Amino acid sequence: MSQHDDTDRVSGRSTTGHEWDGIKELNTPLPRWWVLTFYATIVWAFGYWVVYPAWPLVSGYTAGVLHTTNRAAVTENLAQLEALRGEKMKALGTASLADIENDPALLALARARGKTVFGDNCAPCHGSGAAGAKGYPNLNDDDWLWGGTLDQIMQTIQFGARSGNAKAHEGQMLAFGRDGILKKDEIVTVANYVRSLSGLSTAAGYNPAAGKTIFAENCVSCHGEDGKGNQEFGAPNLTDQIWLYGSDESTLVETITKGRAGVMPAWSGRLDPVTTKALAVYVHSLGGGK
Amino acid sequence: MGLPMTKNVTSKVLMAGDDDLPLYAPQKKIYPQRISGTFRRIKWGLMALCLGVYYLLPLVRWNRGLGAPDQAVLIDFPSQRFYFFFIELWPQEFYYFTGLLILAAFTLFLMNALGGRIWCGYLCPQTVWTDLFYAVERWSEGDRRARIKADAGPLTANRLARRVLKYAIWLIIAWWTGGAWVLYFSDAPTLVRDLATFQAPAIACIWIGILTASTYLLAGHAREQVCLYMCPWPRIQAALTDEWALNVTYKYDRGEPRCSTKKGRDLRALGEKIGECIDCNQCVAVCPTGIDIRNGAQLGCIQCGLCIDACDNVMKRIGRPMRLIGYDNDINVERRTSGKTEVFKPIRSRTLVYASLITIVCAVMLHTLLTRSLLDVNVLHDRNPVAVKLSAGAIRNGYTLRFLNKRGFDRVIVVDVDGPANAQIHIVGVDSVTPDRPMIVLARDATTELRVLVTAPVGEKAEKTQPVKFRITDIGLGEVASATDHFVTP
Repeated sequence: MSQHDDTDRVSGRSTTGHEWDGIKELNTPLPRWWVLTFYATIVWAFGYWVVYPAWPLVSGYTAGVLHTTNRAAVTENLAQLEALRGEKMKALGTASLADIENDPALLALARARGKTVFGDNCAPCHGSGAAGAKGYPNLNDDDWLWGGTLDQIMQTIQFGARSGNAKAHEGQMLAFGRDGILKKDEIVTVANYVRSLSGLSTAAGYNPAAGKTIFAENCVSCHGEDGKGNQEFGAPNLTDQIWLYGSDESTLVETITKGRAGVMPAWSGRLDPVTTKALAVYVHSLGGGK
Repeated sequence: MGLPMTKNVTSKVLMAGDDDLPLYAPQKKIYPQRISGTFRRIKWGLMALCLGVYYLLPLVRWNRGLGAPDQAVLIDFPSQRFYFFFIELWPQEFYYFTGLLILAAFTLFLMNALGGRIWCGYLCPQTVWTDLFYAVERWSEGDRRARIKADAGPLTANRLARRVLKYAIWLIIAWWTGGAWVLYFSDAPTLVRDLATFQAPAIACIWIGILTASTYLLAGHAREQVCLYMCPWPRIQAALTDEWALNVTYKYDRGEPRCSTKKGRDLRALGEKIGECIDCNQCVAVCPTGIDIRNGAQLGCIQCGLCIDACDNVMKRIGRPMRLIGYDNDINVERRTSGKTEVFKPIRSRTLVYASLITIVCAVMLHTLLTRSLLDVNVLHDRNPVAVKLSAGAIRNGYTLRFLNKRGFDRVIVVDVDGPANAQIHIVGVDSVTPDRPMIVLARDATTELRVLVTAPVGEKAEKTQPVKFRITDIGLGEVASATDHFVTP
């Protein structure tokens, strides 16, 4: 016990006995209700240990009598989410792709769902706005390697291209230079011919007749006689303004020399059918859909 | 705070400056006495009006047509609408409330410039409900003397019963106050039925609980403490007021020196100058904040005018002129002291300024309300990608258009685009019979968001960005709205 007998004149309460330049501190212990609450929380903690997971063990932890786990909670929450989406998502599942696009409410729902799924799964390659990059197609434009109808987009998403899936799109650009099919100067000539198909300038001294011959002998089987491509093999249209890898001569020479075989994974194992439908509608509605 | 300059008043005020007083004074219980008179009648009338409006307004119906709420005043949070009779506001029109707040502030200032704390004395919810709770207290526990006596004496069964009765009635009023509050946020008859059958949503019960507690505590227990310690207005008011504003004033030129009736009669007979205040303390007894108005204008005075009634009743009885306490100011006190006539200046620069500001704000609000657009369109340009090159070389820009139809019925609009030469417009999901002028239906009282694509054959030397304007036209009513953005070439 403190020996001082120092009582504050105004409040009538005792002080701590400390004094700083005439300023004294009232002795104000913690309120009883506060202290009792504090003790109660300590008692509560013991109960918590028993009921909930609490202590780490060597290879595990004390599970608690309720066996609460976060994973179970997540599973339950996901089930609740599905139940919440319920009827609307079911409607999306039963409607045909064309019907979804014709129903404003379903279209809005599919676009909202599709946008989220696109951001989670497709954005790493195609970009968050589906604008693509070199080697990764821009999904906003009207140029499609494997077809731009709703069904074709749906199929591409489900099975991919050159993905190893049995139903995947197959077909690849041969490595004409590396495999010794064409010589260096022939490749340069045909590269200039390809540039001329879409009205791009050609190099000085380029021989159009030779280019046409090389193209006819090597390329038409996939790209067609007129160079307009073939979606069966994913052969791009060489007469339009859109280039997946680039239209300058050196890029074309590289493409012809080494070939191209970009891969689109198959999503059928990772995205459920309803989500895939929403995604197909979303991609189709970006503006380039056929 | 202008202090009256008589001797006894000054000395009394100075006493409060004793530096050993604690900073926080405990609440002294106040026992306001029943009173009748002009100002009491005005207060009863205003109380009936204010409480009547508050309690009954949610029950008033207003037909807005099928499918729309038929409640005259409704704050509909789930649908994000505010209904006030013929007005329906959307969240983005919240600025009207800013206007209302400005209007409320200027009205408060004008009231203050004319008659002091009219708001505090007659209209403030704290005053109105406290007044009502005091009436209940007087009815169940008796008038001032009975209550003082009861508080001083032992707790008898009779007294306990009266006290329980008082608290019960207070609680019922408080509960009704909270109940009326939630009715402003939901269809009132439905909510009343749900409350009666215990099916009301939890949030309604929680808010009723909060409002019940706050009403009960503020009007029943905190009372004048709210005015003295919690409310900022008395502090602001003291800084805003001027010497011409009328305040509830003890006319000390008439009242001083104070003297009892009998002694005063004797002294007057001897030819001494005696004031008319007989020091009966009635003005203090009726005061709901427990102050003595004879100490002059002060923070504690809410200017409810009850001391005027109290003093008038006494003056009538002793046959002296009324309004020893009345609406007055120190200028007139001084003028009367020096034998001049009283002057009142309700029209002066500040009241004119306040009044004209109120008029201007009212006019602006009314104008914007009457001319506001009930059809609107907002546009947001795609950010990623900003522009798309198509296979044939044309450029396409994507936009998100949000159409607002604030009318209570569906309407058909056409969308036109003014922008780059030969620009074509397509709305995703809309197959229109007229491809260049897509036609869409806007649901009533809702927004519609659509993706709009504009494609233009852009030449080599096109501008990097060109303005583009979306015009929408209601083909039925002819209303138009437009939004502008840019057409970007990569």
